[in-house]
Amino acid sequence: MTKDVKERPFTTISGVPVNELYQGPVADPGSPGKPPYTRGIYPTMYRERLWTMRQFSGFGSAEDTNKRYHYLLEQGQTGLSVAFHLPTLMGYDSDHPMSEGEVGKCGVAIDSLADMETLFDGLPLDKISTSMTTNAPAVILWSMYLAVADKQGVPWTALRGTIQNDILKEYIAEKTYIFPPRPSMKLVVDTFEFGSRHVPQWNTISVSGYHIREAGSTALQELAFTLYDGIEYVEWARRAGLDVDDFAPRLSFFFNAHSDFFEELAKYRAARKVWHKVMTERFHAKNPRSAVLRFHTQTAGCALTAQQPNNNIVRVALQAMSAVLGGTQSLHTNSLDETLALPTEHAARIALRTQQIIAHETGVTRTVDPFGGSYFLESLTNDMEKGCWEYFDRLDGLGGMVAAIEQGFPQREIQDASYEYQMAVERKDKIIVGVNSFVSDESPINVLLIDESVGERQIAKLKTLRSTRDNERVRQTLDALGKAAASGTMNMMPVVLDCVRTYATLGEICDALRAVYGVYEEPVI
Amino acid sequence: MPERIRVLVAKPGLDGHDRGAKIIARAFRDAGFEVIYTGLRQTPEQVVSAALQEDVDVIGLSVLSGAHMTLCPRILDLMKKEKLNDVLVVIGGIIPDQDIPKLKELGVGEVFQPGASTEDIITYIRGHVRSNA
Repeated sequence: MTKDVKERPFTTISGVPVNELYQGPVADPGSPGKPPYTRGIYPTMYRERLWTMRQFSGFGSAEDTNKRYHYLLEQGQTGLSVAFHLPTLMGYDSDHPMSEGEVGKCGVAIDSLADMETLFDGLPLDKISTSMTTNAPAVILWSMYLAVADKQGVPWTALRGTIQNDILKEYIAEKTYIFPPRPSMKLVVDTFEFGSRHVPQWNTISVSGYHIREAGSTALQELAFTLYDGIEYVEWARRAGLDVDDFAPRLSFFFNAHSDFFEELAKYRAARKVWHKVMTERFHAKNPRSAVLRFHTQTAGCALTAQQPNNNIVRVALQAMSAVLGGTQSLHTNSLDETLALPTEHAARIALRTQQIIAHETGVTRTVDPFGGSYFLESLTNDMEKGCWEYFDRLDGLGGMVAAIEQGFPQREIQDASYEYQMAVERKDKIIVGVNSFVSDESPINVLLIDESVGERQIAKLKTLRSTRDNERVRQTLDALGKAAASGTMNMMPVVLDCVRTYATLGEICDALRAVYGVYEEPVI
Repeated sequence: MPERIRVLVAKPGLDGHDRGAKIIARAFRDAGFEVIYTGLRQTPEQVVSAALQEDVDVIGLSVLSGAHMTLCPRILDLMKKEKLNDVLVVIGGIIPDQDIPKLKELGVGEVFQPGASTEDIITYIRGHVRSNA
């Protein structure tokens, strides 16, 4: 039965043909810590400092998630990463009709500054770095974080962390957008400007390929669309009058670690090389740090299987290894049960231990870019780079990424790739162990169940909040917010900060912005 | 079996994960079905109203957010009110094992979990669609 299980065409998981043998000579890829940084952004890499082990986590109420954060830090995690529930990401309070059934399910429910204070209770913001996965309402959630820092007496200059804040990939792939692209891009530029002035150690964006890949793109599409999104943000900020070197050092990136080991390594190496060229040649950056691509990695959720879920531990370990050998600055390893539910504490611990084993037992951290000079890898890296420039030409021709999105170009490319991969799996050209080959029965595993009472508790909290806060102040700040949005020229961060400090809810703030900006309706492609 | 099967592919709730729904919609088209895709973030009322207007034989719901036990019973309830008794309902997405018997009791024909092939889903629909002529 299993003896005829054999990959038919010799292609990468993205469908790129692979030769039987690669031979030299290869061009010298240069040195780590030196332009164009193909081999890594630091000369000593993990000898000096390991990557940040940052597990994306959030579920139920702020109290539930705060407990999980304390647990993860006690277990040796070195940074926090907040997963918000869908209503928060979509700009609805927990008591909105669209939120029914969704409260606390895909992340933690945050409706107001009060929830954010609970979320970081006992976690000193000057000692930890925090990444927040929020895009359309990023200005609001970042403002809440800054307000919590004020309450803890921590100066903003001491804060370290990241807001994802990458709205373009929402239209392309992840689809948690609220406002149309143009006002959304203005909000992103506002955060660049505000951050460079007031929160200098904060990464004001994490330009993300992760979700593009999860939506079914190839490795090359992930790389090219992500870097081109980066180009689009820099263009918009420049057009708003910002100096490239004022904000570019705070741009960060986020890639997927899929299962095709060498293709992924080539992707990370090409990313650094291409971005260096973009920043120096296209944008004439003078500060060397503007041209250094720093990135976070998460292992591919879409590569995990519901069948024989324990096998996912192995998949995650191999994917994580590619991210480490690719020179990542921080890493999230998925839990074995994530195709079934949010992870249990047990599964989340194994995921974290996987990183610790790679870091401390395998020895891969002892030398920089150990695969550098491999005929195969250098060839793949060059091909990846070449493919990237070809996509850039097409996107330039379409008038940039916002215009390309409006024409449905990246969406269509990803949809086609995703369909082709599914068909390859169904033909068994691509093997997925436990799904289309090596199938066996296994007893079900325990999964995390979200307490259904979270929704009711969250609604009760909102009711109390609305009856105890100074509603006149709330109304005034929301009015001022609407006026600032309508002006189209003011930086929105200070007015949003005023709103969150009065305990205006996230939904109320988004409603005030929706009234001015409108809402985005996706074209059907 | 109707001559040409009409399917509504719907994404109820706030979930934006549409990779599966889009693959399914395309596979249905390739199989000769007529497909209407609702787009994202439909309320149960919008889903049922689209099913009525489009006179479909099948509703395919895709939910990956965990809200299926709130959204799906409501859709099935509204379908009963609108007398859409002949319409076959199938669900795909992240649906835990323990919810499947409850969903089937409410009238769902089949639940397809991660890893299901488009071929299996198409075969199931061809075998279970009821004539509404």
